[in-house]
This record gives sequence, structure tokens and C-alpha cells, in this order.
Amino acid sequence: MKKELWKGNEAIAEAAIRAGCRAYFGYPITPQNEIPEYMSKYMPEAGGVFVQAESELAAINMVYGAAATGIRAMTSSSSPGISLKQEGISYLLASNLPAVIVNMMRGGPGLGTIQPSQADYFQATRSPGHGDGHMIVLAPNSIQEAVDLVWNAFELADKYLTPVMLLADGMIGQMMEPIVWKRSQPATEVDKPWAAAGREGDGKTHFVTSLRLQSAQNEQFVYALEKRYAIIERDEVRYEASGCEGADLIIAAFGTTARIAASAARRLEAEGIKAGIFRPITLWPFPYDALRRLADQNSVKAVLTVEMSLGQMHQDVRLAIEGSKPTPFYGRTGGMVPEPKAIAQKAAEVLREVK
Amino acid sequence: MTMTQIVYERSKGLQDVETHYCPGCHHGIIHKLIAETLSEMNLLDIAVGICPVGCAVLAGNYINCDFVEAAHGRAPAVATGIKRTRPNLLVFTYQGDGDLASIGAGEIVHASMRGEKFTTIFINNAIYGMTGGQMAPTTMVGQKATTAQSGRDPRMHGNPIRMAEMLSTLGGMAYCERVCVADIPNLNRARRALKKAFTLQLQGIGHTFLEFLSTCPTNWGMSPVDAGKWLKSSMALYYQLGVIKDITAKEESK
Repeated sequence: MKKELWKGNEAIAEAAIRAGCRAYFGYPITPQNEIPEYMSKYMPEAGGVFVQAESELAAINMVYGAAATGIRAMTSSSSPGISLKQEGISYLLASNLPAVIVNMMRGGPGLGTIQPSQADYFQATRSPGHGDGHMIVLAPNSIQEAVDLVWNAFELADKYLTPVMLLADGMIGQMMEPIVWKRSQPATEVDKPWAAAGREGDGKTHFVTSLRLQSAQNEQFVYALEKRYAIIERDEVRYEASGCEGADLIIAAFGTTARIAASAARRLEAEGIKAGIFRPITLWPFPYDALRRLADQNSVKAVLTVEMSLGQMHQDVRLAIEGSKPTPFYGRTGGMVPEPKAIAQKAAEVLREVK
Repeated sequence: MTMTQIVYERSKGLQDVETHYCPGCHHGIIHKLIAETLSEMNLLDIAVGICPVGCAVLAGNYINCDFVEAAHGRAPAVATGIKRTRPNLLVFTYQGDGDLASIGAGEIVHASMRGEKFTTIFINNAIYGMTGGQMAPTTMVGQKATTAQSGRDPRMHGNPIRMAEMLSTLGGMAYCERVCVADIPNLNRARRALKKAFTLQLQGIGHTFLEFLSTCPTNWGMSPVDAGKWLKSSMALYYQLGVIKDITAKEESK
């Protein structure tokens, strides 16, 4: 297949159009501005709808409206904007609506900085809005993977009637890499008999709502969500483990940080230390069992988590390991990016301490 | 032999259920007006309503067309998402004053600015109903509310907001009228206005907006009869009834 050089944000926008997204609603915020810019030109050319909303709140609610009528819809933003979208994300998941949300994370809290960060992990993977609920969170480590996951994001959203987040950082959004377009067809379509697009089609009245005034009825709905989540946790876990078999140490990292950790692993190899990289691709559902199995090997002395945050995925790693091995942490935060040398130093130090 | 003839029946636009509205509240009358208009115009199969947070949150259970429930104030954004992606639908938002004039002020202004081709039905009863009588942006000066217990004081709370007038300054607003259903002549005017708004929406000329002055006897602390009187004697003086903007009328007069 022919390789093409694409900038991350533009590649994601193009992938969404190719995957059959027909409505994009956005609002400017760095470092994701190329997504609405690209969409403003190419979405209408593809026969879809582009609206620059007045706010992130409005954008996610436009997505809600389009999704409620059965249209494949998407929005994108970066950390402060995602905080505003949380209202809509809660309503989407509580109304069983499929949608895709891209978060090109930047350094927080507050207005913070526009440099890359991974500090929205908790926001994305715990309850992404108010109430009991989850969304599927996909974390690419390259532009190729980001593009490929766009198709998966729309398919998972439709399959499980849930919002899906593509969680990357400013690095993925801003850099250029060669990619190939692996899929030539739109993401698989499903019937949406629940869509509120008029009674004309099936003669039935549709009411898309998240209101369940009777508490017992609302509890039953949340239990139904929980059942669906259990299926997602069973069937949709994705991760990549490289060099973890027989490793002295496992470095757990996602997205951009996993690439930097891989550079650190090469440095460690030169020092005679075998470091494996465990990279969750789905942050929710988190690959607890796979990580635990690899960490349980006798050779593995510790699982070092590395993140661009103060340690958020670190909690999930500790939940996976359950105290059976040391679980140290190294990270940079606030928009700073960890260096391979520093990660390698930390890993070597950890191994000295546990031996 | 006796001949029976149906002279009146429930509109096909209404579902066969009881509403939860209080005695003397005008929501039920306005619902019925919408239902009858959709039915008469043969729009029930292509209509999608967006109901608000507040007393009308269950409107989708009462009017016999598709509905989408929006978060508080976001109905114009939800309607934008629907109408832009499904331009052949007849789309209307149904919003109260807390929803539209307070928490959703941004969404309604920008939808109107863009000239979104849906109809907004704005129910102004000068108070928060569902949450129990708190002050709204449209609460009248001196009117008591649970969060303004000595009455609205312009020095502290500002003066009531006239949404219809404010929105009519926007280029995307095609037709904007304030109506009420407090008596039969006004009800008939409101019916004509609703039909016009839906007709203009189908012509795709821009945002269409109807502000209904409405009652809340429960939170106003009035009988239904007194509430209807107060609407006409007080509210309608500040919020004047009538057409505020109509770009089609301008074209006719040229």
C-alpha cells in the first residue's frame, strides 16, 4: 500500500470522513485546531455537515442531536474543552447514543499549557461525566494507529450504543508521520430503529431521553449499562506487549509515552537489562488480566508506570498487580515530556532497589 | 333513530395520556395547540421536538411525534444537530425561561444568529417551575420568588430580559412573535402564529421563534383565574404581545 505523509489531526479528520462520519461539530482549541479546519473544508465535500459551534458545550450537544437521529457524528477538543463536553458525554451514554469524541490532551489543570499531556486519564476512564457510566477510551501511539482506531471507534460506538473517546495528546495531533489507508470502506453500519428521525420510517414514535424519573427504573437502566460494560470488558480489551516475556522489568505506558519508553528500553538493553513495554490501547476497559499475567512471571521484578501526569494510569496498574510486585512510578506533568534517558535511569534504579 | 356526529375529538397529535401539569398551567394548552397544528399541517410523521429540562421535560410523552430530550438550555444546539443533518424534518425546541433565557442563553443566541432553520417555542412564565419557584431572568420586578423573597429588585437582579426583542436584532431571525393563550382571541392568534412559524421553517428562511407568555399558579401563589388575569394585566404590559420581527412582511411591503 502507498505511504502518505499526514499530520495527526488532519489524518484523524480524514479518517473520520472515510469511516462514514457525516456530521462534525467543533470549537477551536489548541492543539486540535486542524481537525475543525480540515472538517470545514472536506466534510461538506463528502456530503456531510460541519458546524463551528459557539462553545464545546454546544458542539457536544449538536453531536447529541445528530446522533439521536441516527447520524454518525463526532466532535474533538483538548483538555479544557473536554471538561465542558462532560455534560454532553454523560447525556450521550445515558441516552444510549453512539458518538466519537477526540481529546488531544494538553497540560492542565486549568488553562495550563498547550504542550502534550496525559493528565486527563482519570477524566476519561472513570465516570466521564456525572453518574455511573463509562465510555470506551482508545489511546493510539502513532498517527497510523490513530487513523486505524477511528474506524474501530465508530464501530464500537454503534455496537455498544456508547460514546467512544480517541484519547491522544498534542504530540500525536501535531506531528507528521507516514501512514497507509488500510480500510477502503466506511465503518460497519448497524440499524438504528431507535433513531428519532420522524415516525415516517416505521410508523412508531421515538423518544430519546436520559430521564427516568422513577428511581427504581433508573436503577434498572444503570444495571443494564453495567451488564453492557461487562461485555465490553470481556470482549474489547486491546493492548500491545513487546519484550515482556522473560523481562526483568515491565514498563507500563500508553500513547506517546509508550514510544518514549520503548527508546528507554533500548538504552536499558545496552546495559544488559531486559525491559518489556506493556501498552494499553483501550484505557477503558483496562487490560488488567493481561498485565497481571505478564507481571506474574518470576523474571519480572517490578512494573514501572510512566505517564505524562502525576500518575493516573498508575492506579489501574496497581489494581492489576494487587501488590504482588513493586509498582513504582515515573512521570512528567503540566506539559513536560519525559526523556528516554530519565526513564532508563529510573528503571535501573528500581531494579537496584528490588534486588 | 338517533344520528350521532363527532363534533370534537382528541387531536391525533396528542398521546392518550394524562399530563402532570398543575391546574391553571398553560403548558397543557400550548401542547395541545402544537399537537393540533402539527396534525392539521400533516407534519406529525416528520416532526422532531426537543424538550427541555424543567416542567416540560415529559413533553415527549404527550405530543405524538418523535422527541429528543436535551440537557438544560442545550435544546437549540441539539436542534441544530438534528436539522442540519436531517433538513427534511420539521424541528422545534420547546423551552422554558430558565432553560432558554438563563442557562441556555448562549445556545439560543447563536442558533438564532446562524439562522438555524428550526422553530423555538419559548414558554415564559417568569419563574422556575419544576425546581420550585426560584427567580428566572424573566421574573417581573417586584415579583416574589423563593430566591428573591422580597421580590425582584433591579438594583440587585437587573431588569427582566425580553428575549424575543433581543433575538430579533439578529440577522438569522426570520420571524419572531410574542403570543399567549390566556383567552380565546389570543389563543387563535397563537394558533395562526404557530402555523406561520412552521410554514416559514419548511420554506427554510431562517430561525422562527414564538414566545408564549404563560402561567405558573402554583409558584406564583395564585388561583388559575387570577394567574390568567395577572398574565394579561402585568406580564403583557412589560412583554408586549404581537409580531416583533417578520422578514416576510418586509418583503411584502417593498
